[in-house]
Amino acid sequence: MSVRNVTTESAPIRAVLITVAVGFLTLFLLMPLFAVFIEALRRGWEVFLASLYEDAAWSAVKLTLLTAAIAVPLNTLFGIAAAWAVTKHRFKGRALLLSLIDLPFAVSPVIAGLVWVLLFGAKGWFGPWLAEHDIKIIFAVPGIVIATVFITFPFVARELIPLMESQGTDQEEAAVTLGARGWQIFRRVTLPNIKWGLLYGVLLCNARAMGEFGAVSVVSGHIRGQTNTLPLHIEVLYNEYQFSAAFACATLLAFLALFTLGMKSVVEHFSGHVGKGH
Amino acid sequence: MSISIQSIRKTFGTYKALDDISLEVPNGSLTALLGPSGSGKTTLLRIVAGLEFADDGPGKILFHGEDVSGIPAGKRGVGFVFQHYALFRHMTVAENIAFGLSVLPRGQRPAKTGIRDRVLELLRLVKLEGLEKRRPHELSGGQRQRVALARALAIRPKVLLLDEPFGALDAQVRKDLRRWLRVFHDEIGLTTLFVTHDQEEALELADQVVVMRNARVEQVGKPQAVYDQPRSPFVYEFLGNVNKLHEGRDARYVRPHEIEVLFAAECDPATDRLARVQHLFSAGPVATLSVRLDDGQFLDVELSRKQLDELALDVDDEIAVRF
Repeated sequence: MSVRNVTTESAPIRAVLITVAVGFLTLFLLMPLFAVFIEALRRGWEVFLASLYEDAAWSAVKLTLLTAAIAVPLNTLFGIAAAWAVTKHRFKGRALLLSLIDLPFAVSPVIAGLVWVLLFGAKGWFGPWLAEHDIKIIFAVPGIVIATVFITFPFVARELIPLMESQGTDQEEAAVTLGARGWQIFRRVTLPNIKWGLLYGVLLCNARAMGEFGAVSVVSGHIRGQTNTLPLHIEVLYNEYQFSAAFACATLLAFLALFTLGMKSVVEHFSGHVGKGH
Repeated sequence: MSISIQSIRKTFGTYKALDDISLEVPNGSLTALLGPSGSGKTTLLRIVAGLEFADDGPGKILFHGEDVSGIPAGKRGVGFVFQHYALFRHMTVAENIAFGLSVLPRGQRPAKTGIRDRVLELLRLVKLEGLEKRRPHELSGGQRQRVALARALAIRPKVLLLDEPFGALDAQVRKDLRRWLRVFHDEIGLTTLFVTHDQEEALELADQVVVMRNARVEQVGKPQAVYDQPRSPFVYEFLGNVNKLHEGRDARYVRPHEIEVLFAAECDPATDRLARVQHLFSAGPVATLSVRLDDGQFLDVELSRKQLDELALDVDDEIAVRF
């Protein structure tokens, strides 16, 4: 017993549409995901585990976690501050700030890496000064962190701006007339209203911070065991024809993706609003 | 506590929102700021609350003689009810009402039980006992409004400010709540200033009506006085239905219920005019006639059903009107 209404298509059309959708998903999403796991386990569990326990892999994991641990909190703070400024206040240059927030989305990751080489590289603007003071940024961990922060800074802000825009400033004004001060207003009125959107933005920001390849590749220098993040480590292994090891490490990123998706559904379930622009 | 508004100006860019407004709101009164949209009434209310600041100059806001112009909104002691209530949607009704007390500095903040007692007392006051655990989205529009009122009163404000308090409600709830608010105001005796664009609301509810237009105060007075002796054509037209008759180069204003209807045979040319009935709307307790005067101008006339029955009027009948 199916309920029919005017917008329901006939059975054959529905079947065709569903087949196309499922087929497309299988071809472009599920097959690659399965391929990763199958390739990773092709030479057995021992090779798989050994590839993960290897020093270079372990250090890549640690560097990836470190990078995310710095970039995500930083961009969370930035995102909240930017969204707050843009939505709760009207000021000169507001439109410019809005478009600047989108800049990392618009710029090719290679450029996003190269600008830092131009600034901090040996022949860059600040290169000589940095060399004099024995500070290494490019081809070192600080460069990787800087590039990652740059690439991931829009995620939280982009998630919060439409949400806070739609909520307006009424509740904050009400809190003001009731005697609440700045921090109390943020903690007790604004934050609870945006918490699910914020969590969603943090998740996306984290996924990108851990998975970023292009910009990080430019500034990293690919020093094994030192400046390779997980995605870079995978590329190195692949280029060295160590397919099983490369795919074994790739499973970690695949799990990150699955975890992010799972959390995203949880957030959407609880908020019931995110993604619908509230 | 009286409110005294003195020479307040406000411009947004080049737009004049308030042009030299001075106004007295007597202690304990219920005063309506009445005007069409864009007249500046909400801006004025927000300046009294401290949510907006007047332009630099001699302008001042006094509460009971004390200049509060420089005092921030949170310390001014105003209860503000927003047009769409602005309840904190993630908090329960009780948490909403308690908010103003719970953000007080530690030294001034009442104990938990003190806050709870005050919340329950306010819920009784606004007739919402038993709803303290609900969230705003589980309440009707009228209930939300009363929660917003209780929340504003929790901080024991010196004055109460309401922005279009009935704007977001259905016609029936609107009427009920209007009566309730009037009684409520008389009980608590708090100086209250409210904004409305609905003349019926202002006339029925307020002790004092302030008619605003184009950033200026057009007329201030008791509802009856403003209605009966409008100082300008704008006030005449804005406060209820009115007929505008051209007599030579002048215009004359006559309210539909001030016109007497007589049989044509009784027409006294010194005071009356002959007219012909064009339309007749007789649903409801008051009947409205649309009549055409001998010089071609149209006139709306209101009369009771009883009068209508006595005159036994029909379309195209000739009558005499006296006004």
